[in-house]
Amino acid sequence: MRYSPTVRTTLGFIALALLCLWFADLSITTVDPWRELTRLFLGLVQPDFAAVDFVGVAILRTLAFAFTGVALGAGAGLLLALAFRYRLTRTLCAFVRAIHELFWALIFLQFFGLHPLTGVLAIAIPYAGIFAKVYAEILDETDPHPARTLPHGTGWVSGLAFTRISQAWPHLVSYTSYRLECGLRSSAVLGFVGLPTLGYYLESSFAQGRYGSVGALLILFYLLIATIRLWVRPRLLPFYLIAAPFLLGGGMPIMWDNVARFFTEDIIPAPLRRGEGASGLGPWLSDLILHQALPGLWNTLVLTQIALVLTGALAMLLFPLISRHFTGRLGGTAGHLLLVILRSTPEYLLAFILLQLWGPSMLPAVVALALHNGGIIGHLLGQRSNQITLRADAPSGLNRYAYEIVPRLYGPFLALLFYRWEIIMRETAILGILGIATLGFFVNSAIQEIRFDRAMVLILITALLNIAVDILARRLRAHLRLRHSVQAQGC
Amino acid sequence: MSQLALHDATASYGDRAVLGPLDLTLAPGERVALVGKSGAGKSTLLSLMHTHWRQQGVALMPQELGLVPTLTVFHNVFIGRLHTHPGWYNLITLARPFRRDVEAVMPLLARLGIADKCWSPAGELSGGQRQRVAAGRALFQAGAALLADEPVSALDGPQAEVVMTALTEAYPTAVLAMHDLDLALRFCDRVIGISDGAIAIDQPSLRLSAGDLLALY
Repeated sequence: MRYSPTVRTTLGFIALALLCLWFADLSITTVDPWRELTRLFLGLVQPDFAAVDFVGVAILRTLAFAFTGVALGAGAGLLLALAFRYRLTRTLCAFVRAIHELFWALIFLQFFGLHPLTGVLAIAIPYAGIFAKVYAEILDETDPHPARTLPHGTGWVSGLAFTRISQAWPHLVSYTSYRLECGLRSSAVLGFVGLPTLGYYLESSFAQGRYGSVGALLILFYLLIATIRLWVRPRLLPFYLIAAPFLLGGGMPIMWDNVARFFTEDIIPAPLRRGEGASGLGPWLSDLILHQALPGLWNTLVLTQIALVLTGALAMLLFPLISRHFTGRLGGTAGHLLLVILRSTPEYLLAFILLQLWGPSMLPAVVALALHNGGIIGHLLGQRSNQITLRADAPSGLNRYAYEIVPRLYGPFLALLFYRWEIIMRETAILGILGIATLGFFVNSAIQEIRFDRAMVLILITALLNIAVDILARRLRAHLRLRHSVQAQGC
Repeated sequence: MSQLALHDATASYGDRAVLGPLDLTLAPGERVALVGKSGAGKSTLLSLMHTHWRQQGVALMPQELGLVPTLTVFHNVFIGRLHTHPGWYNLITLARPFRRDVEAVMPLLARLGIADKCWSPAGELSGGQRQRVAAGRALFQAGAALLADEPVSALDGPQAEVVMTALTEAYPTAVLAMHDLDLALRFCDRVIGISDGAIAIDQPSLRLSAGDLLALY
């Protein structure tokens, strides 16, 4: 029997992941992981809302950074989308979105310090790159005929507003509100590098062993994301947008000397700064690449491939939970709840928690990546399976899964998985900040050693890696003729 | 208004010539019916005219209508006069129309029988209603001349009569591609028959009957 190209691709990926498993460090190093897990669980069932001001500030700041950052990103993204036919714009956007929000935050922290601008720009800049790409795709799909009927002499702005943007409006709005949800997660995670959002309060609660507060913070965060359709209303939006910049908190004043020094001294490669000229640059760069970039790259790749396959397996297991072909009303609701929790927990947050429970190794990262991304793909697959109509005498149970549903869903499944490949890679690199030896680890250590020149080169390498994976995934999708859909993009 | 003319005009899809070369002059106050079987090149000729004469302020009513389905009927009609207002005025109109524009558009819609649809998105209307919205846009534009491709193809007899009357009153100078030969002869004073991408007939409509034109089909 000859296998189809999709099956062969799948087997190839599984084989690669098994090979990677050989190289990966997946040990549990904490003395008593179950005790930690139990304490966390108790915190979740007995949340401590007593410290309301503390929890309230965390949520308020998380919202303020998300709204301000996403609004700026959307505005800039729309302008860039209008110029997206120029190669320069496309390259610029691909580059800024290849660098993770947390890396942007780490960069801005070095010269703006803990100023609100750091958090706002860390969200706005990569989001602008993503918005530009997706907005441009949405605008391209509009009907060109109305523009032809415009009277001669119609201004550029008027013509655009009345034809292309008007047509695309519902899609632009739905994508932007979806991104706002992503922005909330990004904003929460920025707390882990010191901004006053959820992650910051979560980290300090963990450090002090206050599991009740951890529980309260997590529950509020889930509630916030689950009810987003209820409180984000077109009529309320202007009010939120006006209020958000004033609720970012004070932070430290910007030291403009630091900004100047960062660009004129700190990020200049050390040999050039010391006046050794180009001859010193070679050994400096090869040392950096050999001892930091390559090990970081290797670990990032190994971890990504394992997480990717585990994500896929989990998604295939999870989607029946919300598929009407497999579950009843009650089971479906429970399934939805589980998938909502999985996909609204940012990988970074999940990895942070698992790391507290299991100690440092690749295991927390792999599990966190698989749970979050598997939840997202499982949700999308479940929705898709609900559009399938089966014949009346179709088999049930496992036979229905294997013979009726999975064969119909496998193409979309692979397409979704390849879309998330780049995202998983981006996140894997970033999880290094938590202490797993991927690229982020080396970036973070270089920053802590105040070697910004090295950090910048490593961030650049990470960005190039993300762009390369993006191109590879696009080629694979084209090769397997998997259909494209904008909704599959995500955070 | 200066004379509208085409000289040695041609159109081709890839290497295949589909129209011309042909010469054509449209005097002010002249209303031309374009007739011919489908695929003869009527739409191609109209879009060629639009390309050449657009800068002289002609209004276009294409066969696919070119409506923006997400915008209301009012806004689709208002598009006809975008060029007469500054950008900020148009952007405000998008969010909240000015009363004087609504008062200008309303009688037009009433005449076309779609006043009750003024604030419905164009995408929710029936084919006949949408065709009247496109006619409304052309009427509101009040350009130098009208180029319309099958302007009443989706309308029944009395409605077609209303729309044709409105369009021809507003536009003494027009080129209308028509498949209804009786309407074409009644509302136009010159008939151009297109066959195989060339002009086969060019006569005043007074001298023609529907029977004469059947030779084209």
